[in-house]
Amino acid sequence: MNSDFRKNQDRAPIAEALEAYSSERVVPFDVPGHKHGRGNPELTAFLGERTMTLDVNSMKPLDNLCHPVSVIKEAEELAAEAFGAKAAFFMVGGTTSAVQAMVFTVAARGDKIIVPRNVHRSVINAMVLCGAVPVYVDPGAHEELGIALGMQLSDIEAAIRDNPDAKAIFVNNPTYYGICSDLRGIVKLAHANGMQVVVDEAHGTHLSFSDRLPVSAMEAGADMASVSMHKSGGSLTQSAFLLVGSAKSSEGSGSDAKSTVTPDENRAPSIDPAYVRQIINLTQTTSGSYLFLSSLDLSRKRLALHGKELFDKVIDMAEYAREEINSIGGYYAIGSELVNGKEIYDFDKTKLVIHTLPVGLAGIEVYDLLRDEYDIQMEFGDFGNCLAYLSVGDRIRDVERLVGALSEIRRLFGKDPIISLPNNYIAPVVVLSPQEAFYADAEHIPFEKTVGRIAAESIMCYPPGIPVLAPGEKITEEVLEYLRYAQEKGCQITGAEDESLHTLKVVREKSGY
Amino acid sequence: MLVSEKSRNQTNQKEIGRGDLMDLWFSEFHTPSVKLAIKVSKQLYSGKSDFQQIDVFESPEFGRFLTLDGYMMLTQKDEFIYHEMMVHVPMCVHPDARKALVIGAGDGGVVRELVRYDSIEHIDVVEIDEEVVEVAKKYLPFTACGFDDPRVKFHFEDGLKYVRHHEDEYDLILVDSTDPFGPGEGLFTKEFYGNCYTALKEDGIMVNQNESPFYANDARAMQRAHKRIHANFPICRVYQAHIPTYPSGHWLFGFASKKYHPVRDMHAADWKSLGIETKYYNTNLHRGAFALPNYVQKLLEAMEELPGNDTTTTLNGGAKHASADEKKNGGKS
Repeated sequence: MNSDFRKNQDRAPIAEALEAYSSERVVPFDVPGHKHGRGNPELTAFLGERTMTLDVNSMKPLDNLCHPVSVIKEAEELAAEAFGAKAAFFMVGGTTSAVQAMVFTVAARGDKIIVPRNVHRSVINAMVLCGAVPVYVDPGAHEELGIALGMQLSDIEAAIRDNPDAKAIFVNNPTYYGICSDLRGIVKLAHANGMQVVVDEAHGTHLSFSDRLPVSAMEAGADMASVSMHKSGGSLTQSAFLLVGSAKSSEGSGSDAKSTVTPDENRAPSIDPAYVRQIINLTQTTSGSYLFLSSLDLSRKRLALHGKELFDKVIDMAEYAREEINSIGGYYAIGSELVNGKEIYDFDKTKLVIHTLPVGLAGIEVYDLLRDEYDIQMEFGDFGNCLAYLSVGDRIRDVERLVGALSEIRRLFGKDPIISLPNNYIAPVVVLSPQEAFYADAEHIPFEKTVGRIAAESIMCYPPGIPVLAPGEKITEEVLEYLRYAQEKGCQITGAEDESLHTLKVVREKSGY
Repeated sequence: MLVSEKSRNQTNQKEIGRGDLMDLWFSEFHTPSVKLAIKVSKQLYSGKSDFQQIDVFESPEFGRFLTLDGYMMLTQKDEFIYHEMMVHVPMCVHPDARKALVIGAGDGGVVRELVRYDSIEHIDVVEIDEEVVEVAKKYLPFTACGFDDPRVKFHFEDGLKYVRHHEDEYDLILVDSTDPFGPGEGLFTKEFYGNCYTALKEDGIMVNQNESPFYANDARAMQRAHKRIHANFPICRVYQAHIPTYPSGHWLFGFASKKYHPVRDMHAADWKSLGIETKYYNTNLHRGAFALPNYVQKLLEAMEELPGNDTTTTLNGGAKHASADEKKNGGKS
């Protein structure tokens, strides 16, 4: 980072423009109708006068989110610079809207995208909207912990070989649990085969601001990334960045680790930010909230100026918590020791994942006990683990409370260790695109009679949180066998309309299918 | 405009009035609409540690006093009440307390009372903020005087963390916490009380600062603390003292133990024979302190009847004391 960078990053054009606007005491004959809160005293008392004053509409001095020309444009340029991207877009419809925009940008109807099987629901939903077709790669699962991992290069290579016409590879990086794939390797492989790489970096905002963390999507040369600023970056819920990478076609992907290999060739088309803007405007609101926009602006400033120190603290806090939790006995707070260069290529050390089965409690049980008995709200609990989300807002004394409570839970509620549940990967057979399956005529038929039919619903099995069926996939004997087995073993099976699984929803048969 | 609970923090204000003489006052909001003001003759110390704002003042009425984040901690004139009641009550009950853990208490008042017992062999003092101890040594010699005793060992760390690493070790744990917000908030949690239970020997006693029943916010904190201790210990009683500079002046302490009842198991004659001279505490007052006003009893009992609390007893209820030891829920393991 040079001094010019820091100097520019000291600015927050949107926040500054709002500040100036509120000091001008402009008479508002425009929307929103609450008119700086005067029209809704109860809401104003609830949210605060300042908040209401800043809740304004696009206007000349405040720019326009759909076609930025002034302060929003400047703020987006600063964000792009901060993340090492060619372009950045302010998103106000959650990271989901950024993920959708990525899918819409790289694939049209019928186009294939290579995705890990445990891809977020928002990606499949985006495919329902645009008609793209998924090509699934097994992310692998950790036997003991029961969590999905990252895609391996060899599996992606195979997927590319079988689907040379695929347009892009979609990567979750890091996962909810902090597992990272070999992003540089994936980018190199994809680009050499003319495919773009888009990254769901919802849980990795901080990666761009620390050299103690895994490589970020932009640094690895990815073409696009969705960044949940509101998760680890400190902005308001529902605000996010969509980034476009600066990798140029037929040039190195920025990988320094691979310098012995011949220069990477990027045969993938480069992404035009102007086109991305059009894509975003297909679905994004035309009245983007200035509360979200200014929160993104100020959070970007804070991360650019102080991100390194801030995330150093978060990493240290997480490492401390891991050490203390692991010394309680029973619990296993997972860490970098899991990294194996393959399906766990790297680990995001800010993630605090606590494996609870050895103390005889399911992750979700510990989650509930912490909430109900100790007033501690965790981010997430699954069968074998619960997850604490550490961020720039945490304090060491709160970590002490978590550790203290975990030790108490073990003393008061601990039982004999629970054995992990099975997690075999079943390679899906995609017959219809998610879009075709979504809009197809469907019927419920008895479970046993579904072999050979096409699923019209998705069925998810926890652990390890990898779908067993998605709409458009062929139901095989292997699938039914796995579902029976998982149900018998007490896995949590979600997604089916008939929760008992006596029937499954399948596409009605007609000529052609 | 209403002042929120948090803004009590900002009340360390100096009001300069009209007149020829300097009119300097320390004031603290006890509720958003009630405040206590003490005339200050001089500010002796003001500093910000890693954890909190620390101030020491000199006043005509109360002598020296210490505030943390603008909240009154102790005054020279009335600190004896708090410190005597926190230490002598459990010491009169436990016949053979040797090893004590004091959490918080950076001013030294609790330690000063404890070192008066020859039977005490070791005192671990866990204070998160070393600067409070330094300030106390320099400006509050009347409470810090026990710190030089060779039996005292300091640990400058989070009390919650310290106690988690100790098991079946202490006869006595004295929780001299600040308030359930700020650096001391971990000392009001269920996990902390549970960890204390584990750190105590099978006949150990824990005494804690249990807030006040009078103003609504303090009463809620009192109830929460009681609920959490009650869920952890088979015997859980509350006693009171009158502390003029604390909100409402009516203050409570918690007495929790695995074995000893605070009144039935007291050794009044033995304690008297020690010849410890006290200004507030005596064995008659010990008995009386556990007799609580009806409204306080009601607030506490409401916490014992909550689902999840295995209640076979009511609190401080005279004849109902007999069933106290039958309560089992604190003994889960």
